[in-house]
Amino acid sequence: MSGANRIKGKGRLTPAKTVRFTFDGKALSAIEGDTLASALIANGIHLTGRSFKYHRPRGILSAGPEEPNALMDVGRDAARRTPNVRATVQEVFDGLQANSQNRWPSLSFDVGGLNNLASPFFAAGFYYKTFMWPKAAWKRVYEPVIRAAAGLGVAPKEPDPDHYSNHNVHCDVLVIGGGATGLAGALAAAHAGADVVLCDEQPELGGAFHHETDAEVDGMPGWDWAQAATAELRGMDNVRVLTRTTAFGYQAQNHVGLVERVTEHLDRPDPALPRERLWQVRAGRVVIATGAIERHMVFANNDRPGIMLASAARTFLNHFGVAVGAKVGVYTACDSAWNAAFDLKRAGVSVPAIVDVRPDPDPALVAWAKELGIEVLAGHAVLDTSGSLRVRSMKVGKASGGSTRDIAIDALIMSAGWTPSVHMYSQSRGKVVWDEASERFLPGRNVQDCVSVGACNGDDELGEAIADAARAGHEAALATGRKAKSAWTAPEAETRTSWTGGMKGSAAGAGPDTTVKAFVDFQNDVTAKDIRLAVREGMHSIEHVKRFTTNGMATDQGKTSNIHGLAIAAEMLDKPIPQVGLTTFRSPYTPVTFGAIVNHSRGPLFDPARKTPVHDWEVAHGAVFEDVGQWKRAWYYPRAGEDMHDAVNRECRTVRAAAGMFDASTLGKIEVVGPDAAQFLNLMYTNGWDKLQPGRCKYGIMLREDGFIYDDGVVGRLAEDRFHVTTTTGGAPRVMHHMEDYLQTEFPDLKVWLTSTTEQWAVIAVQGPKAREIIAPLVEDIDLSNEAMPHMSVREGRICGVPTRLFRMSFTGEAGYEINVPADYGASIWEALWSRAEPLGACAYGTETMHVLRAEKGYIIVGQDTDGTVTPDDAGLNWAVAKKKPDFVGIRGMKRPDLVAPGRKQLVGLLTRDAKMVLEEGAQIVADPNQSVPMTMIGHVTSSYWSENCGRSIAMGLVADGRALKGKTLYVPMPDRTIEVEISDTVFIDKEGVRLNG
Amino acid sequence: MLLIHCPYCEEERPELEFRNAGEAHIERPKNIAEISDEDFEKFFFIRDNPKGVTYERWRHIHGCARFFNAVRDTVSDRFVTTYKAGEPRVEVERGEDGLVRLTGARP
Repeated sequence: MSGANRIKGKGRLTPAKTVRFTFDGKALSAIEGDTLASALIANGIHLTGRSFKYHRPRGILSAGPEEPNALMDVGRDAARRTPNVRATVQEVFDGLQANSQNRWPSLSFDVGGLNNLASPFFAAGFYYKTFMWPKAAWKRVYEPVIRAAAGLGVAPKEPDPDHYSNHNVHCDVLVIGGGATGLAGALAAAHAGADVVLCDEQPELGGAFHHETDAEVDGMPGWDWAQAATAELRGMDNVRVLTRTTAFGYQAQNHVGLVERVTEHLDRPDPALPRERLWQVRAGRVVIATGAIERHMVFANNDRPGIMLASAARTFLNHFGVAVGAKVGVYTACDSAWNAAFDLKRAGVSVPAIVDVRPDPDPALVAWAKELGIEVLAGHAVLDTSGSLRVRSMKVGKASGGSTRDIAIDALIMSAGWTPSVHMYSQSRGKVVWDEASERFLPGRNVQDCVSVGACNGDDELGEAIADAARAGHEAALATGRKAKSAWTAPEAETRTSWTGGMKGSAAGAGPDTTVKAFVDFQNDVTAKDIRLAVREGMHSIEHVKRFTTNGMATDQGKTSNIHGLAIAAEMLDKPIPQVGLTTFRSPYTPVTFGAIVNHSRGPLFDPARKTPVHDWEVAHGAVFEDVGQWKRAWYYPRAGEDMHDAVNRECRTVRAAAGMFDASTLGKIEVVGPDAAQFLNLMYTNGWDKLQPGRCKYGIMLREDGFIYDDGVVGRLAEDRFHVTTTTGGAPRVMHHMEDYLQTEFPDLKVWLTSTTEQWAVIAVQGPKAREIIAPLVEDIDLSNEAMPHMSVREGRICGVPTRLFRMSFTGEAGYEINVPADYGASIWEALWSRAEPLGACAYGTETMHVLRAEKGYIIVGQDTDGTVTPDDAGLNWAVAKKKPDFVGIRGMKRPDLVAPGRKQLVGLLTRDAKMVLEEGAQIVADPNQSVPMTMIGHVTSSYWSENCGRSIAMGLVADGRALKGKTLYVPMPDRTIEVEISDTVFIDKEGVRLNG
Repeated sequence: MLLIHCPYCEEERPELEFRNAGEAHIERPKNIAEISDEDFEKFFFIRDNPKGVTYERWRHIHGCARFFNAVRDTVSDRFVTTYKAGEPRVEVERGEDGLVRLTGARP
């Protein structure tokens, strides 16, 4: 026997299959199929945790996903630990380790329990009111202390070693919930030919039949029918049955997120299996069959371990074969708890009394109780309980007052009725409607293509509910276009269990005139008194009451507490419940792990890395990389003993003295083709393109419609109707988007075709005085002489036998080439060039050297020297703006009053008085360093480097009216000093451009 | 995640394949270089931000790469219809059930 409280012959588990687990380090045994909760109760353990705020001892309230109390840290090893697992959902496996939370030093003796004694000070809104002043104390004292005490559970420190999978499923009908009506809906839809997905959060389907053993369906016990129905569904090709699978989010367009727990119940999971599967279902129609959740009774000290929902006790007995106590009291306002009491009594458990707040419960139930020898106390209430770590007695009296008596018990089961589980319907954006007759919120009009059936729709009568669900399933199949060959016949069904009755709000003895602790929300320790206080303090909207008291804001999202809280607030406000309103249900229905959501998108798959064809060579030659967007770019190539500064200085010197090779493959490239290609570029760029001859290149500036610089790059004309456009590395996708936008929507008549060729061409820049010498022997069919191929020209030919587009262009100020070859040949051409370059004293250089060399020549980088508020004139690029074109993007924006007004920041060179001083990029520039703070800032540094070739620091900046200040001294105030700078032009080397043509 | 009907591909594809491209039916003036500051302001800066029906452009950027127009109800986030760029504005109305449909379409 695994556990003293197992009752022989009860339950559906196989006693021979025992497993071992630990709870707070203590070894215990269970039966395969047990939940952690049923296993603990079988071992006589009800005390499972301490409450969040008051650290009160708490036990197991429920047998399902609504559990607010029994939250545990569960795992199999240090990395596979999950905090806040509901013991009522977690299945026990051999080797499972469970630990209670929110207690220190131990569960039975907890220092934090002092909070309970101090509880008068911890009323609703305590934090809002108490820690208001002094203001400074918040940061240093209050917040750290509160943070240390707050939070439930501890996240594991190790990375998650498991993997998760994601599945997209399109189906005709998704059925959420595998109880009687869910099964009926699924069978009817499947028999009508629909593709069906049926999901249920439990390991076995059957829903309420887990506890409800009075039902008979199709001539057999409800549970047996459910298993037969499951088997039938599993045998159908058009049905997918997903158990241990929770529908947690209902999004737009019938997109429902399910999470399947694949290995959480296995002692030795196959490592190939994902730990969880995320199912993203798109359903033609959703059949919501999510059932109902039982409410607890709200009375004084209703939270002692051993006090639980009647349906939970019935589940533990009928499904797991576990008695929740030896002497079980019953406190109810609803019929179904009576049936739970009868089941317990018949199983040999003592049931001292059924206390029903209703003065006149169903005579049939009363007669039944008498027959079984159970005392019935109608019109009575449980006014209080005793017992510290387990309930010991209940104090019972007439609801109307008078004498009381204590009845010894070791468990107390309760029911305040059933709340239809409208979460999924509400998440679908449907508005619940108050049903006056049954006094509950039910689904109203369907906003999406869905239908609610069974208990979640308020259908209480089993036979009718099954028949309705079958009809709904059949119609769902037809609605999604299936032509039913035959209709599934719904079975006859009936049960002796009645679901009628119930109450909302506090019971006798916990009313407005009392100060007792009658818990409404167990997980967040919210009492009836707290809700009344919130209303008295002016929270008249249920949304305010919720936030002030935190009622319903815990991980269980108020599954048991919302309606009670609402009823108490309504009573205080003296308004009917529907006028006070229900808070909105949000996804997830129950907590979902980060693993399931993040899924494969972690590690290298979190964000893809783009690598150039030359990447491996760069790695092999010791390049240090920098991330530019998703690209990995070689930053610099340090040699032995060199730091970054040394390496960059050497690379800069070498390029100007001999030559350098640079991997420019990341440059954006767009092929612009068509008879109207030049006309199109006329519209896209500020420059004019008509006169550009095939074989020549031009530097182009692209604006947005607002007149600010958007991108730049060199454009080569290969033929009358073909341009090779380059963009900045980061700008490639947005430039393509920008061009396509205008081509498709503003100038659709132009005959132009755009193709992104960024990844089709590898680009190798060879720059420096020896550039031609390096490439010449490898190039075929192209005359490289200055006369035949001057600066800013492009030729098509071959290099090492491979087709190339060879550009004579320069981003260094040196004579140089950018060799475009098909990406697949990039690495081998690079190596061929390198074997020429290295013996000639050239080096490979990275992006840092590229930046320095271009700054020495005053070439801007869009996005560094411009920031989206810089016009061509601001950047000193007016020469690139065609004056006679009738139109181009930005032509009007450029002329806006603010963009032509004096005082705009203009790009200038900055030379520090102390040549060794390198400015910080982003530093502010002022005219008068002695002015008071805050100073008037007239500009800022955009680019700043040590220039080895100039033998001094160089910088560029945007300065108000900067071009007029040439030769003037300005100041850069830094925390430790003020730096004097002289305004210069932006070209620091070879001002005449002689080297370009070398 | 929404499914969006691409009028060029003629099928519903996940939202991830698309990119919103701002308000629809704003035509760039043919004589843009000559328009007044006020007209440029209206053309370039002023946009509707309605609670309800909005006309907007989308691009099937990770699909056929075409720009198209869409009518969406910002209250329900429901796409009423999508149509090709250059086609005239589609008229819609809100029914008694609160749903926006093409004018004349039956609930």
